[in-house]
Amino acid sequence: MTLIETILAAVGGTVAMAVFGIVAGLFFLGVDRKFAALMQARIGPPLRQPFIDAAKLMRKENIVPENAIPWIFNGAPILALASAITILLYLPVGSIMPVLGGAGDLILVMYLLTIPALAMVVGGFASGSPYATVGAQREMVILIAYELPLAIAIIAIAWRLSMAGIADPFSLTTIAANPVWGVVGPVGAVGLLILLGILAWVTPAELSRIPFDAQEAETELAGGLLVEYSGKNFALFYLAQAVKTIVMAALAVALFLPWNLSSFVAMAPAVAVAADFVFFLAKVLLVVFFSISLIRVSMARFRINQIVSIYWVWLGLAGFVGLALVMIDAILAGV
Amino acid sequence: MKLTKSFNRSLWAFHFNSGSCNGCEIEIVAAITPRYDPERFGIKLVGSPKHADILLVTGPVVKKMRDRLERVYQQMPDPKVVMCVGACGTSGGPFYDSYNLDGPVDDVIPVDVYVQGCPPRPEAIIHGVVVAQQKLERLEGEKA
Repeated sequence: MTLIETILAAVGGTVAMAVFGIVAGLFFLGVDRKFAALMQARIGPPLRQPFIDAAKLMRKENIVPENAIPWIFNGAPILALASAITILLYLPVGSIMPVLGGAGDLILVMYLLTIPALAMVVGGFASGSPYATVGAQREMVILIAYELPLAIAIIAIAWRLSMAGIADPFSLTTIAANPVWGVVGPVGAVGLLILLGILAWVTPAELSRIPFDAQEAETELAGGLLVEYSGKNFALFYLAQAVKTIVMAALAVALFLPWNLSSFVAMAPAVAVAADFVFFLAKVLLVVFFSISLIRVSMARFRINQIVSIYWVWLGLAGFVGLALVMIDAILAGV
Repeated sequence: MKLTKSFNRSLWAFHFNSGSCNGCEIEIVAAITPRYDPERFGIKLVGSPKHADILLVTGPVVKKMRDRLERVYQQMPDPKVVMCVGACGTSGGPFYDSYNLDGPVDDVIPVDVYVQGCPPRPEAIIHGVVVAQQKLERLEGEKA
């Protein structure tokens, strides 16, 4: 392939993934709201409600507060959306391989996951409101808190794959191609189940949903980080939130549920891509239901100090137990 | 700016208490319970005036709240409507002509929709939101 073809493929792939991320993300936000409504015995909004909300926000007046720093205040939402879309470029969607990628992109994804949150922190500090400042501080604390359990869950999988003699274990393509469940024995499977649970509990914090939404806390901080945002800037954060939902779900799918329909049932290549894509959306739906809707409907908000102790102490300990089980499994397997 | 269909299906309300007795608050909260479920129509309460399309004002506007009410009103992004919920905000209600009022609400900020009652029923509040939305449409139509 020539250089120009490579660039064209990258640009085309980026645009396609951006459109996919935003559309699918808004759709799954709608699905989440519908799930929550049904669990509360309500009818709930239509599935396209987030699209309507985003369209409305785009048409509202965009207010920049007097004591904000305008270029940071306006730049943060763009950075949040762009970085969320960038992560999506590294994640496999069904049997469609990632647009970018290579050795060690799993580590890169872990770093990139912090960028949308940091963009919100920067935007919060730049908006010059005490509520936003408190929210930004809380967001940083939460960011530091959930990083340890998330890292344990990700590293354990890559390490186990490398112990099984699979080349390039830190590449998401490798992880998606070699489901870790087929590598481990029964002890390791218990460890992986624990790690899966941990990832399910990190997801709400990453997406700042209840019970880990202390940084937005409508009732105490009036919207926290986002308190000063309105109109187009707020809509961009809304879209970034939608893309992040897809990103976290796709990461969980790639790490723990990477199977494709086409590897079980023989079918024509074109049909296989479509079937795998639909199957991928079904798996994302599963993740959205269990780690976002179910948790957020069944729990109230944690205080910020409770969030830190939950992640560092309890989920961190659980992560080490899971990691230890995976390591014992590797020893038992004789590698 | 032309008002689109999006506004019909997505109205976010910010609730402001300007010295109310909490009766109207209870009814507003009752209006967002699963029994009435206004989220069906895309109506929800938000925590910041910057996010809101509708300002729900309750209470007769006591002197100390006048400045706050004006500032909250100015912070809301256009297009916006103001809904006055309850008898106090409409006329002063039981506090009519009291020495510590700067109200009623329409002496301080322009009000688009009045919802009567002391306190109004949740059905009346939801109906008020629908009327507010129609008024918003009409105003924007005249502007365009």
